[in-house]
Amino acid sequence: MNKKSNFISFLLIVPSIVLVAVFVYGFIFYTFYISLTDWEGLSLHPSISFVGLRNYIKLFTELSFQRFRQDFFNTIYYSFFLIGFTLIIGFLLAVLLDRKMKGENIWRNIFLYPLALSFIVTGTVWRWIFAPEGGLNVLPTLLGGKALSFSWLSSRVSTFHVDWFAFPRLLLLAVFIMFFLWGANALFHKRYKKMGILGAISILSLLLGCLYSPHSRVFTHFLETSAAEWKGFEYATIGVIIAAVWQYSGYAMALYTAGLKGIDVSIRDAASIDGLNSIQFYSRIALPILRPISLSVVVVIAHISLKLFALIMAMAGPDNGGTSHLSISMFLQTFRANQFAEGAAIASILFMLAMIFIIPYLIYLYSQKRNTA
Amino acid sequence: MMRRRLYDRYFLYGTIAFFALIYSLPAYMAIVTALKYRKDIVLAHAWNLPIPFTFHAFSEAFKLLLPNVVNSIILTVTATIISALIGSINGYVFSKYKFPGSEIIFVFLLLGMFIPYQIILIPLFSVLNTLHLTGSLIGLIVTHVVYGISIVTLIFRGFYDRIPQEIIESGSIDGAGFFTIYLKLMLPLVMNGFIVVSIWQFTQIWNEFLWGTTLTGQSSQPITVKLAQLAGGQAVAWNLTMAGAFISALPVLLIYIFLGKYFISGLLAGSVKG
Repeated sequence: MNKKSNFISFLLIVPSIVLVAVFVYGFIFYTFYISLTDWEGLSLHPSISFVGLRNYIKLFTELSFQRFRQDFFNTIYYSFFLIGFTLIIGFLLAVLLDRKMKGENIWRNIFLYPLALSFIVTGTVWRWIFAPEGGLNVLPTLLGGKALSFSWLSSRVSTFHVDWFAFPRLLLLAVFIMFFLWGANALFHKRYKKMGILGAISILSLLLGCLYSPHSRVFTHFLETSAAEWKGFEYATIGVIIAAVWQYSGYAMALYTAGLKGIDVSIRDAASIDGLNSIQFYSRIALPILRPISLSVVVVIAHISLKLFALIMAMAGPDNGGTSHLSISMFLQTFRANQFAEGAAIASILFMLAMIFIIPYLIYLYSQKRNTA
Repeated sequence: MMRRRLYDRYFLYGTIAFFALIYSLPAYMAIVTALKYRKDIVLAHAWNLPIPFTFHAFSEAFKLLLPNVVNSIILTVTATIISALIGSINGYVFSKYKFPGSEIIFVFLLLGMFIPYQIILIPLFSVLNTLHLTGSLIGLIVTHVVYGISIVTLIFRGFYDRIPQEIIESGSIDGAGFFTIYLKLMLPLVMNGFIVVSIWQFTQIWNEFLWGTTLTGQSSQPITVKLAQLAGGQAVAWNLTMAGAFISALPVLLIYIFLGKYFISGLLAGSVKG
């Protein structure tokens, strides 16, 4: 390889690097910046001033932003259930296909076709299926049963209530317990350095948890009232979760199928010689081997769960509180209410939620690339 | 023992058929509703077969969606072609001309495919607005191309990685330069890459909604936006909406049916190996 070619090759990717640097990284930082200002949408001569974290504090505490806080909970529930169910159903389907079924291709295509479709198309169809007096609710009558009466997308029933303002304390308490037990485990295995770090984190979270209380008022002096605000899991989201799992479990299936095909015959033979039945083989041998695939599925589905915007818009529209999501909050705040700064703050929060999954994954990918290079 | 085996098979086929039934229900519902006369669409009998049936809803939906179909075709085809060309060059460079720091730059590029697009929406909107590109298809095409760079580079790189380095070395011994090697030696070998990337981008862009609804005006709305309006209004004509959904899904469904193999390899490229 000569020097000249190397130089040309570098020049050719410079435009891509610049575009990504500006349109991805630059815009991300710009959105963060906007979220720290009081920008109120497009006007000819906007006067924008820096207001620090005020927008974030407003979102998390002000009475008028209750919708945002419910959407925050919904977003986390959406991600949790979507990841969980796609993993389970996807793996189950992959195992079924792995049992040398006749017509494997036909089955596979039935599970995969939803993946090719737009959330708007599938959302439109599911909206009709979840119509209160039709669709799924009258399905039991075809089998001679009684019609259901659940209002799938408009129910305002919710469960598992947590007081929003006590939530950070509960979270910190959970972190404390987790790291404390982990640290105790390290102590048990005589790994003192690890124990030290884990212990420090657990003590730190306990301290923060104590500071975050109505008595200390270090963090809570922003609160307008000391009344509790109960947030929970909205039943209206179940319909959206069903639609999303229906659409994306095929994705997990495709990945697991590829993974199962890659498991060496000798491993399967060894397992059957050892007397493992098929359930034991899939749960004890295959699942651990396929851990990198599970990781990919978690990352990709987590990412998709933050992009449910189109599905929710098609199924329930933007004004249906029960099914809403941070991406919808952001859209309404920015383009309907023209509050660009608050919209940017919601977008930044959504972005940080995504990064919890993405940054470890990118580091993992990079280390793999270096190892194979 | 044999009998036990047989029962196992029944159980497996029963389970898979059950899942297949559930997975097909939405498609069934969409088609029977689209084929019904409007007066026959009754909530309590939503699952009934369309007897008598009519294609009237399809022709009406097509007439209604036609301008948006045209927009979507222009948008998708243009952006897909540009994306594929960019990807074929980027993948070539990142796979075959590694320079110091190329791996870290590659990972740097990848972030673009993992962000929730809300995080760039406001700056994007105001930049396109300043350039008077909101409300035109050009802005939308540029957007799809730019944010597609990550995935097309990743997929193409995978295809170039399978080509042995020796081919380039033998080419450069023969005096072929960078572009000659690219055009004469590489392109014929990564034709599958072009198919996979084009199908991937086509599907993504055809199906996209967020940018379609925020960065366009009345005259440049893609099909997904119009369909969402059809379904979201008051007193929805469900046969029309379902026919519209079917029309919107048709191009990507055809791709999936005839080129499913490539669609799936695009799907896998985005995840397993990285």
